[in-house]
Amino acid sequence: MGRNETVLNATPSLAARTGNFFHRYANPGRFLRLGARLQPWLTWPAIVLSIAGIVWGLFLSPADWQQGDSVRIMYVHVPAAWLASSGYMGLAVCSLLSLVWRHPLADLAAVEIGPVGASVTAICLATGSLWGKPMWGTWWVWDARLTSVLVLFFLYLGHIALIRAFDEPQRGYRAAAILGLAGAVDLPIIKFSVQWWNTLHQPDSITLTAAPTMSTNMLWPLLVCTVGFTFGFAAILVARLRAAVMESRVRTALAMRRGRAEAQDSEPDLSGAVA
Amino acid sequence: MTRKSRRLWLVGGCLIGLGTATALTLSAFSSNIVFFMAPSQVHAHPPAADRTIRLGGMVVAGSVRQQKNGDTPVSQFDVTDGQDAVTVHYEGILPDLFREGQSVVAIGSVLADGSFRASEVLAKHDETYMPKEVAEALRRSGKWDPRYGKAPDAASWNSMTKSATSQDKAAPQHGS
Repeated sequence: MGRNETVLNATPSLAARTGNFFHRYANPGRFLRLGARLQPWLTWPAIVLSIAGIVWGLFLSPADWQQGDSVRIMYVHVPAAWLASSGYMGLAVCSLLSLVWRHPLADLAAVEIGPVGASVTAICLATGSLWGKPMWGTWWVWDARLTSVLVLFFLYLGHIALIRAFDEPQRGYRAAAILGLAGAVDLPIIKFSVQWWNTLHQPDSITLTAAPTMSTNMLWPLLVCTVGFTFGFAAILVARLRAAVMESRVRTALAMRRGRAEAQDSEPDLSGAVA
Repeated sequence: MTRKSRRLWLVGGCLIGLGTATALTLSAFSSNIVFFMAPSQVHAHPPAADRTIRLGGMVVAGSVRQQKNGDTPVSQFDVTDGQDAVTVHYEGILPDLFREGQSVVAIGSVLADGSFRASEVLAKHDETYMPKEVAEALRRSGKWDPRYGKAPDAASWNSMTKSATSQDKAAPQHGS
């Protein structure tokens, strides 16, 4: 922490002198201060709620009358599925902010959401497959729900690749933002696939319009898991975003010093002191 | 119009166009996206004899016949969507969740006599999650028989199982 603070404290003056490079960052200092304050309030609830929800779901909740203990995969699968979709929703919002308002923090957030979202989507697909084999009798079928979630996974992978594909980051941000927004059409397809078409996947048990078709002593651990995993997603995202902002500041600071050293030609190389 | 609002309109327009295109494509291919055909659809539009289709529906209570052909189990059961039923022949091990009243998807083709030979049978469970004890109590009370239909609303389980334990054995009734 101490090292970070020295960098933080050193940067505003540097940032002021390199205005035309730094104007891209809306207000990274404010974000870093907010992020540092927010971080423990995300990390600790994430750890506590996830452990509580997992223990409750895996050991204390009842087994399903027909699925038996296999139903416990739900406590990981369903939160992962919700997070996969809502993570992409976040990515699409960042894309919109990036395309229309050229918001620099949205670009960085889009870079960082990609790998986290792809991971939860992979968890969703893997646990779904593990659940499908004993219950449905198959690891995978090409029904509308499963296929649309696989498409979501590929959208994440495409976004991850595209946003890092350009030497000039700005071009990557623009291209990836277009992909991120266009891919958002997959979200309603995922959500409504089980209603619009007949699928092997069952319809949603928990909806906004109807009472959940689930016993409350299964519903509660599922909700605790969901809240815990969501905090975990946010904690990882904020940590990655803070690291990204700090990294870009350090890079700029190093570039500055190198530039000054070359210009004056007498100043010793200080880059080692910061890195 | 500022550059920001122009960009906003452009992005919005593109999204509306893309959304419409996707919606049209999906509705055009709707019949290919469905995972299975219902028995009434199979009867209304019989597929070619050699074409592999997926037939989905509920296993009719009392229609399951199982025997052994050497080591492989051979089973026969009717699948219904409430309007029509198709008899399915299947050689192999049925999934654990297979039972009377369960939704299944059978993959195979329609034979000349209108019955269905499946090469694979998948079980499809519904969106109801219920502890064993609740299911047992509902069954004992005669309020629900899993062979004849979906479980009642989760909100009603408490009152239904409570009355089951107080009244104890009500006469079992099959309905809905």
